[in-house]
Amino acid sequence: MKLLVKMEALHKIQEQLFDSFQKNQDRYFGNLPQWLKIEKEKAIQKFQVKGFPNRSMEEWRTTNLEKALQEDYGNYFKEAEKDVNIDHVFQCEIHNFGTLLISQHNGFHVSKDGKDLTVMDNGIVIGSILAAAREMPDLLQEHFGKIMPETKDGMNDLNTAMFQDGFFLYVPDNVHFDVPIQMVNIINTTENLMIHPRNFIHIGKNSNVKVVYCDDSIQHGYNFINALTEIYVDSDAKFDFYKLQNKDDQSILLNNNYVKQEKNSETQNFTIIFNGGIIRNDINVQLDEYCKADVNGLYLVDRKQKVDNLVYIQHTKPHSDSNQSFKGIIDDEARAYFNGHVRVDKDAQKTNAFQNNRNILLSQDAKAGAKPFLEIYADDVKCSHGATVGQLDENALFYIMSRGISEKNARILLMYAFAAEIVEKVSIEKLRGRLDEMVTKRLKGELSSCEQCLLHCSDKHILSFDIDYDNV
Amino acid sequence: MLSIKNLTVSIEGKEILKNFNLEVKEGEVHAIMGPNGSGKSTLASAIAGREDYDVSEGEIIYKGKNILEMPVEDRAREGIFLGFQYPVEIPGVSMTNFMRTALNEIYKYKGKEPLSAGAFLKLMEEKKELVEIHDKLANRSVNQGFSGGEKKKNEIFQMAMIDPDLAILDETDSGLDIDALRIVANGVNALKRANNSFVVITHYQRLLDYIVPDVVHVLYNGRIVKSGPKELALELEEKGYDWIKNEIAG
Repeated sequence: MKLLVKMEALHKIQEQLFDSFQKNQDRYFGNLPQWLKIEKEKAIQKFQVKGFPNRSMEEWRTTNLEKALQEDYGNYFKEAEKDVNIDHVFQCEIHNFGTLLISQHNGFHVSKDGKDLTVMDNGIVIGSILAAAREMPDLLQEHFGKIMPETKDGMNDLNTAMFQDGFFLYVPDNVHFDVPIQMVNIINTTENLMIHPRNFIHIGKNSNVKVVYCDDSIQHGYNFINALTEIYVDSDAKFDFYKLQNKDDQSILLNNNYVKQEKNSETQNFTIIFNGGIIRNDINVQLDEYCKADVNGLYLVDRKQKVDNLVYIQHTKPHSDSNQSFKGIIDDEARAYFNGHVRVDKDAQKTNAFQNNRNILLSQDAKAGAKPFLEIYADDVKCSHGATVGQLDENALFYIMSRGISEKNARILLMYAFAAEIVEKVSIEKLRGRLDEMVTKRLKGELSSCEQCLLHCSDKHILSFDIDYDNV
Repeated sequence: MLSIKNLTVSIEGKEILKNFNLEVKEGEVHAIMGPNGSGKSTLASAIAGREDYDVSEGEIIYKGKNILEMPVEDRAREGIFLGFQYPVEIPGVSMTNFMRTALNEIYKYKGKEPLSAGAFLKLMEEKKELVEIHDKLANRSVNQGFSGGEKKKNEIFQMAMIDPDLAILDETDSGLDIDALRIVANGVNALKRANNSFVVITHYQRLLDYIVPDVVHVLYNGRIVKSGPKELALELEEKGYDWIKNEIAG
């Protein structure tokens, strides 16, 4: 009976979204190109059939959206915001370390010098996905919506139907861009908010680009973010993607990444979670031959936070390597799940695929779960998986404390060391330094986030631990 | 310096040390020898304050204070150092951060100003020299990938950095070749002051060729069964432990 009530409630929201789309599409999507309007129309129909995910679906067993979806999110369509000065609302620690910065404020692209789309001298096109759809549709249309597969639940379809903005990045062939591109998605409102950012990234043949993608929120209000990013990496290209997630406790972040790699391409994918109410990352990577994909994650969660990381890597052709490494520190009543799935198709001989998930639980009530899954149809492959859930090593604690270091600081030192293994892999030196500081502060309980951060985590512990960055 | 009286220590319900007594004065070097399983490492851990050791009786008086209720880190800050038989690897924590954090906390406890980065660096270089560590130890993770000999040298290096008043060296000589043994022993000798003390726990006499003890004790079955001058070590080396066992049985 209880389940039925919940299902009914979800069905009602589904109906409301559907109706809202029908009523508002002309007003909000009227000036989009015809092909995109058709995509959106098709998507809302699919969503109407599939609906929201529920926990009887295997991939959604650990993510409970029922409660979050019953919040009142007001209008499902939002008015675009004008004249936002992002420097006034957002000064994060990770901000401004010599990057090319673009940002979204409450889901809308923040114009730079009055423009929503910029073409740089080297041919890189960067800005709003809607502006790209209108002004340079050829760059978007070829792969848009084709990198993600059909899913059982309707979240992707809902994103396609409802997205009102998102980041767009097009890198032509043979561009080596040294400056990291930073995409900041900032939620800054006291009102409840449901948005569906849609991002598209195209890396041309033999190009080399690094993107840092930050999800932050600085106000209290339920915000439900259903983000979807499609990434096309053409042959011989290199792409690094760093996602930093630092959200307040009222936020629900569903972050879907779909990556398609053409032959001989390399990607590095990082998901670093500092804070959030419910965070779910779905990372899907499809590999052609001679590709390399590293998918790394770090989550530091406490209180009642819930984090799910689902990785699906498909090896479709021979001679590709994939490596998943996710580590987490879980305190209080927080929960973290890792679901790593590697599929090796029949043709994908000489595949190397490894996955590893390690968790440290700091309290009795903290929980971590891991579900590694290898699905292999080729016979000449090397695959492995490992998962551990444990506590801090007592021997190491005793060793450190026997040198005069307090138990608290000994614990932080060990946690720092545990996390450092992931942070050390970050190839942008300045970002690595900042992340190192953020991890330290996070572990000390002085959440790294912006000055304006309202979490006040630093009230919780006060420590005197001092990690030295003088390179001595 | 150290006075242990009637100490009884159990691990998981099993008595390891039984009414153990030991008296170490300022400036003295004591060697504790004994067969496997006699309680040598338990003694070291009990003095350092390891929590899973259950002290049911007796007291450990250090500089006039009973330290049994004192937490591990405070014992270290008061000047007790334990050189581990099996130093622990700590991936991801650099030696620099480890030692800097340790010294900062010890100095803070003593009400001293922390060392500046420059002074700290200078101290590291000086003490590395002492144990003949030449590589870039500073950037390596604590004990990670160190050979057995390097780990033991690293224990002496840490001891040199901290400069304790009472050092317990638990089988620091085990697994060392003769060169490493000499380096470790020289390090210890260089750190000897008129007002500090060493308790050297060892299986073999050969370390005592380099570190000359004032007193040699034989630990057997949880208590000291024989004490004597340094020549006792030679006698043990020559005859083994059986004559002592027989002496007790007889």
